[in-house]
Parts: sequence; structure tokens; C-alpha cells
Amino acid sequence: MKSYDLVIVGGGPAGLAAAVSAKENGINDILILERDKELGGILNQCIHNGFGLHTFKEELTGPEYASRFIEKVLSLGISYKLNTMVMDISHEKKVTAMNRKDGMFEIQAKAIILAMGCRERSRGALNIPGYRPAGIYSAGTAQRLVNMEGYMPGREVVILGSGDIGLIMARRMTLEGAKVKVVAELMPYSGGLKRNIVQCLNDFDIPLKLSHTVIDIEGKERVTGVTIAEVGTDGKPIPGTEEYYSCDTLLLSCGLIPENELSRSAGVTLNPVTSGPVVNDSLETSISGVFACGNVLHVHDLVDYVSEEAGIAGANAAHYILSGNTADACNTNSQHSDASVSECSQPSVEIIPTGGVRYTVPKYIRPEAMADKVTVRFRVGQIYKNCGIATYFGDERISFRKRPVMAPGEMESVVLTREQLTNCPDLEQITICIEEA
Amino acid sequence: MEKRELTCIGCPLGCSITVTMENAEILDVTGNTCKRGDAYARKEVTHPTRIVTSTVRVSGGTIPMVSCKTKEDIPKEKIFAIINALCGITVPAPVSIGDILVQDVAGTGVDIVATKNVPAKL
Repeated sequence: MKSYDLVIVGGGPAGLAAAVSAKENGINDILILERDKELGGILNQCIHNGFGLHTFKEELTGPEYASRFIEKVLSLGISYKLNTMVMDISHEKKVTAMNRKDGMFEIQAKAIILAMGCRERSRGALNIPGYRPAGIYSAGTAQRLVNMEGYMPGREVVILGSGDIGLIMARRMTLEGAKVKVVAELMPYSGGLKRNIVQCLNDFDIPLKLSHTVIDIEGKERVTGVTIAEVGTDGKPIPGTEEYYSCDTLLLSCGLIPENELSRSAGVTLNPVTSGPVVNDSLETSISGVFACGNVLHVHDLVDYVSEEAGIAGANAAHYILSGNTADACNTNSQHSDASVSECSQPSVEIIPTGGVRYTVPKYIRPEAMADKVTVRFRVGQIYKNCGIATYFGDERISFRKRPVMAPGEMESVVLTREQLTNCPDLEQITICIEEA
Repeated sequence: MEKRELTCIGCPLGCSITVTMENAEILDVTGNTCKRGDAYARKEVTHPTRIVTSTVRVSGGTIPMVSCKTKEDIPKEKIFAIINALCGITVPAPVSIGDILVQDVAGTGVDIVATKNVPAKL
């Protein structure tokens, strides 16, 4: 069996940034496993601009942003395998993968970084009634067809869901000659960035119908039309509000789900809110030496934050490997695999999300072992105006930061310092919540 | 006197801004809650600009399409003229990021440049 110090599962923005960071932190023996035919992940189909404002202080397109990291990976001589599918990760960090050249093979890793990204919620998961004709695509599939393969999925389009990919595709399909008739959004607010609503919908006079959903799909061979209705506060369609739209294509942009089949079968504890691994401040999962970053951990709003997070995971994986106690210092008794934090980890404090905060990444923080500063990221459950983010150590409010507006479509964050935590030696839990300003 | 209603894109707040104009002269900007909103509104009503991104076909490359963009932002009303100018264009591989694919697209004085490397197919 081959062995590597570090195996990174996924060669998208998270995997690339993690690899660069691990290398820069002293690890030479790194392998990236990527199932697509090129590195870069989803960025390759995101040809629009707006990436990298935080990382590079300029607006790049997706492929340009990816290439900055691909060039670094190549110049650092980090090895990678393309067209390679990881089949299994064991609790003992044995990776089973396959491709057409090598067949099925196994790799023993000292540390693993999970960077598999996420996938789109499909029609099957949305329970839309109606026939099952051709012409129903997830927005990301349509994006790949148009931008990479050079095919147009259809001519008359209705889009369900106002996530950023749906908004971006409304513009893209319009520019390529399609008529986008309407974007329907179940929620009373859009899940996408404001600037995408202005530049992708308003610029092209595409209507956005909030609190609306598709209640019927017509067409036997191909979609011929959909019926859209307003939904009440109970989430149910309101009789009498039905409107019929003829169309040959329905695009779905209804949320992203971290892709954690490998993590789950390895025994990694997952958070039911994010569908991603539960991690501590080093982004280490419940299996020691297995780290996670990017959209497999929690769905991000900006790729810049993915790169930042992945850099931290890469550095921590490097420290883990270089500390040398990868094999026996941890009690890797698999009976303990349901523990929420790594079996060998230092004492840790749990962060409790309440009052509008849906989750936090990380969930556990180790006062003794943490970095000087740890950024805790999360999303809120609804739109909040004139509120702020409060952080409590036990019952004591230690910080409050005013935020004029917070929306579920954007990530929020709180920075905790090591000094704050070590000053409270008996701290049992940290609470982060939204409070009125 | 003319009133223009805008949604600010400066931050997630998305302020509804009203710009009062007379003969292309801005008399008043209201509804914004910060300086950035004022600047955005003034630019958006006088000379709104956008970066246009799209794809063109590649011949002899490892992939069939190369992504591209206007090197600088262009007047918003030129978006469709630029898209039409890209229709039917095929460029030969190899293509590198930053290569000029179309010069002075649609008379804007702005070039279309590649945003992806496409090696030649061996």
C-alpha cells in the first residue's frame, strides 16, 4: 500500500488552498485526489466576476481565481491525481480510490483533509408535483452545460429558487438568447446577494416573485409549462393565486448540501444543521488527524472565506503530522468514534448557537491549544435589522457587535482570542446569539 | 424633474435610494444610509457600467469553450452589442489567461480577454 503524509480529498478551492498551506507549513508528501478532469472544482464553471475581492483585492472570474491557486500548487510541486474517485475513507485514515489508469488502489495517510465541496438539492428532494419530463435541471448543471460544454439547455426558462447560482444563471441564459420569464422564491426574501439581484435580474427586467413556488410541472416528453402560486406564512400554496407559465426549461436553485458520504462512512460526527462535520478550532473532525474545510464543512457565501478556512485546515494538518504523535498518542479506539470531538483532543469548550444563530463552525474551542485568534463563522435563520451579535462566556456578555442588517444568505463571524479564553479558566460554554441593538 | 429609484448594492442592507434629477443633473440623493450609497447612486444614474463575462468556442483545445470577459467595465447599454459581437467567434488553442480574443469589442474601445488557460489538444 502506498502512503502519504497528507491526502486531500477534492481539488477545488478548498483542497487547493489547503494543499498550498500544508506545503508552506513544512509538509512535502501531499497528494490531492480530484474526480474531475482538471483542478479548480466549481470555479471552472463560474465564469462571472466578483471572486477574490478579499483575497487578492481585485475582482476575478472563477477560472482566474482557481488558476491563482493551481499555479501555486504546480510551482510548489504538489502531486495530484485527476479523474480519480475516492470510494472510501476508513477510521484509520486508509483511503480507497480508483481511476482508469491505476484501477482500485489504497493509500495510508497520516492526516486527511476533507474538501469534497457540496452539491445541489435536486428535484427529488424538493417534492414538486407533476410529470417528470426532460428540461428540468439544477442551476449548476445548466451552468456547466452553457459555460463549459457549450450547450444551451433551453429557450424559455422559469427558475425556482433565488440562490446566487439561480440569479447568475438568469442573466447567463438571457445573454445566451433565452427568455427567462420569472424567478420564483419560496421564502419572503432572496437567498442570494443583493448585487446579484440588481445586476442579474433588474438589469434584464426579470421578475422576482418572493413567497412563490412551483406547484405543478406539465409536459410528457419535455417541459411545456409550470404553475406557480403564492405561499402563505404556513408555507402552503394559497388557492386562487396560481399562474401558468409556458416554458421548455425549469432550473432549480434551491440550496446546497455538503457532500459527506465519505465522512459519514468513516465515522465522522456530522452536524444535522450544516450537514457538515463537527469540528474544533483546528478544523479537526471527530476523528483525530481528519480535518475539513470549504463547502463540505458548511456552505460558504464567498470563495475568499473558503480559501482562508482551507489555509487554516492545511496548517493544522501540517502541525498534526509534524508533531509526530499521529499513530499512537491518540486513543483511536473506534468504540469512541461517536464522541463529538477528537478522542485525543485537549479540554474543549462548546459554542452554543441560540437566538437566531443556526450553527457555528467551529463547534468546539480548545483554550490551551487554540491559535491566538479563531474566527467563528455562522449563519442566521432570518433577516435581522438593527440587531447585533452577542457573545457570552457562561452568563457574562463579553462582546456585542452591532450589525445594521443580517441575512441568511450571508455568513457572519465572531473572533475569539486565546487571551479571552485563558482569562476564564472555569469556562464551560460559550453562547453566540442575535440581540436587539 | 425626474426621480430614479435604485437598490444599492454596496452591502446586504440594500437601501432603496431615490435620485432626483433635472436635465441629467443630480439635484438630490435620498434613502441611502452611508457615503458608499451616495457614490453608487450617482454613478448608476449617470454612467452605469458592468464587466461582461461570457464564453467563446476554442478549436483544437482540450475543452470546447474558453471563458472570457471585458478587460474593463463597459457602459451598461452595450452589454447586448458585446454579446452579439462574440457570437460565432472561434479562437485557436492554446489560449492563456489575459490573451486578447477580440480587440475593441463593439466599438467600446475595450478588449475581450480570456479568463482561462486552454492548452492545445495533443
